[in-house]
Amino acid sequence: MEAIKRYFRSPAAVIGLILLLIVIAMAISASFLYPHDPLSLAGRPLLWPLTNPRFPLGTDNSGRDIAAQIFYGARISLLIGGVATAIAILTGIVVGAFAGFYGGWVDNVLMRITEAFQTLPNFLLLLVLVAVFGSTLTTVTFAVGIVSWPAPARLTRAEFLSLRNREFVQAGRTLGMKDLQLIVGEILPNALPPVIVYASVVMAVAILLESALAFLHLSDPNVASWGNLIGLGRDVLRVQWYVSAIPGVAILVTVLAVSLVGQGLNDALNPRLKRR
Amino acid sequence: MSEAATATLSIEGLSVRLPAGADRTRALRDVTLSVAPNELLCIVGESGSGKSMMANAIMRLLPNEVTIDGGRMVFAGRDLAAAGEAEMRSLRGSDIAMIFQEPMTALNPLRTIGDQIAEVFSIHTELSRTEIASKVLALLADVHISDPKAAARAYPHELSGGQRQRAMIAMALALDPKLLIADEPTTALDVTTQAQILKLIRDLQQRRKTSVMFITHDFGVVAEIANRVVVMQHGAIVEQGPAATVLNNPQAAYTKQLIASVPPLTAPPPRRLSQEDILTISGLSKTYRTGGILGRGARTTKAVDNVSLKLPKGATLGIVGESGSGKSTLARCLVRLIAPDEGSIMLLGKDFVKMPRAQGRQETRHIQMVFQDPFASLNPRRKAVDLVAQGPIIHGKPRATAIAEAKELFALVGLDPSAADRFPHEFSGGQRQRIGLARALALRPAVLVADEPVSALDVSVQAQVLKLLADLRERLGLSVVFITHDLRVAAQICDLVAVMKDGAIVEHGLAGEVFANPQHAYTQALLASVPGGAFARQHASEAL
Repeated sequence: MEAIKRYFRSPAAVIGLILLLIVIAMAISASFLYPHDPLSLAGRPLLWPLTNPRFPLGTDNSGRDIAAQIFYGARISLLIGGVATAIAILTGIVVGAFAGFYGGWVDNVLMRITEAFQTLPNFLLLLVLVAVFGSTLTTVTFAVGIVSWPAPARLTRAEFLSLRNREFVQAGRTLGMKDLQLIVGEILPNALPPVIVYASVVMAVAILLESALAFLHLSDPNVASWGNLIGLGRDVLRVQWYVSAIPGVAILVTVLAVSLVGQGLNDALNPRLKRR
Repeated sequence: MSEAATATLSIEGLSVRLPAGADRTRALRDVTLSVAPNELLCIVGESGSGKSMMANAIMRLLPNEVTIDGGRMVFAGRDLAAAGEAEMRSLRGSDIAMIFQEPMTALNPLRTIGDQIAEVFSIHTELSRTEIASKVLALLADVHISDPKAAARAYPHELSGGQRQRAMIAMALALDPKLLIADEPTTALDVTTQAQILKLIRDLQQRRKTSVMFITHDFGVVAEIANRVVVMQHGAIVEQGPAATVLNNPQAAYTKQLIASVPPLTAPPPRRLSQEDILTISGLSKTYRTGGILGRGARTTKAVDNVSLKLPKGATLGIVGESGSGKSTLARCLVRLIAPDEGSIMLLGKDFVKMPRAQGRQETRHIQMVFQDPFASLNPRRKAVDLVAQGPIIHGKPRATAIAEAKELFALVGLDPSAADRFPHEFSGGQRQRIGLARALALRPAVLVADEPVSALDVSVQAQVLKLLADLRERLGLSVVFITHDLRVAAQICDLVAVMKDGAIVEHGLAGEVFANPQHAYTQALLASVPGGAFARQHASEAL
């Protein structure tokens, strides 16, 4: 299709896609390359990278293989990023679609709720949710999703507001379509492109939020995540800085990849905006 | 080439290249013409003829990637095609000025009219502020704005469309340009306002002896104001000459075809009308209320004011009016897109106003609508065949049958059934309007409401769609409510005409009688304002 061709014309978008594919490949290959539990003790603690061929990225304060944790961490980051984004975008689309389509008091109620979520700083709300519901992988994922939905909701609502009075929607009405048919069949497909693009932003933020939680030792300690590793490295930051820096680079690369893909999607789906 | 030496602007062999991937390689091919001093030259053509591209080429305001790749444009001894950007800046606005189709988008919404006209002086002259202020008022008075002082202080949105266009003209004439380029300046205006603006432009041109290049798609406008005419098609000139010669004795086949597509202003002989009424509207009203807290300061607009009309079975009822007359609100009330406040709409023995929503969704298949904008009224993400089959599927027809019938409808409205799997953007405007018509007909409605179905189309396409509509009306026994602002279109297709003003029907009757012998002052004013009215009537008598 035209949009796919446009996407591959941009070098930045292609680089982003390649980086993202590498991260995905890491997540898939983790259990083949490192069949042992990444959180089990593997060797002497605090080995520098490139000193022992068994541990190319060295070991952390308790002697766990950093390379294994990075590979398994890719799974956690992608899982949290993907699931939390899906929760945020789906909630956002439902709320935004109803608010934008019906307007009036429906819009007022839904938008006040959205604003209530938006006025609270994301991270504080996340801390509260994790403090109340505990810090298992599931609750952390849901919590990240729940703090991220207001922005997609507003975006969807704005699209619906501008589309709902278009003639093709009126035409659907005169054919006798029900409201749900109009929302799902007529308006939503036209409202989706900007929301899909925004999903990449939500995903990047979700990955960062989880890392920030882990840094504060508030994420699930029973999984190997990049954030947990950074949190561990905090104690030895001045001397063995690589313990925090290596997962930091992994997060940087992943977030960068997701953003580049998002930007590429934006240019591919809205070609007129790019040629300014 | 003595003529070229004295001409205000002479264009020789101009070619403009389009970027790769456009529908053709050149927007303009080898265009040669000249605008003499004190002359009003009309450039006529349909969309895609390159007429607006030529205006932009002269101003050197072509879009990115569109380039001039041949020819000369000699203006006041220099070649505009080769002029530098700084040179063009000093010419634009002072020696060559331009006015546009939509004054609202050409004016800055955040600054007053007076301020924006004054800016022209402060950029190009050394005048003091008080001198500029008095010049601005003189200019606004010159374009006959009713209250120049108030207009100078007004923001663009506070003026009507006609007033804004007058302000734009004042701005364009500020520095006494030698050449004024007017790109469809009256297309977005109502017919009575259009007549005033055309008169203004012609008066100013004669008084100031400015050369005017007037771009239009409407031969009526040409007949009204042009000294000389250039007819364009696909980026090339097909014919040029004095207005009277081109209009009365066109040589090129394309010019003949264009002139023949101009709808004449007289109604064809009346058809026999049925005694039985299919649709009866009585006492229909819709009032809009805006603003105001606790009822104070609120404004009410009677969009539809106590309208009563009858549509005989098989007849076509034209509802004619200018923008803001409430004709579109009336159409939307008929198809239940807007709920009226009072009155009744009786169709097939049922009152559509009092019907509950669920029943209304069922009954809506008996009254279907064709929309104005062929680009906005089709969902861009659905295939043409799905758009047409949608209605029957909603009303319970099996998908396969609905699709097969949709393809038959394609043939009926003059589209190639093999194109059914394409998306709307792959069709031209006229073809899209045919898809919209097929969609409305798919439910086999008793009444078709057509809301300005041809006003977004080129005149030759307009004639084809009108012919199709008249043909289908006969074959399917359709009763039609036809909403239009264009009296010429109404004259062609309607059996009955109702003229609307400020929400109320001021006059209605048989089309032939209303057009030949208008009773109400407003109807008379509307008929008098049709551009090239005299030409249209004469053209009609020749056609008979």
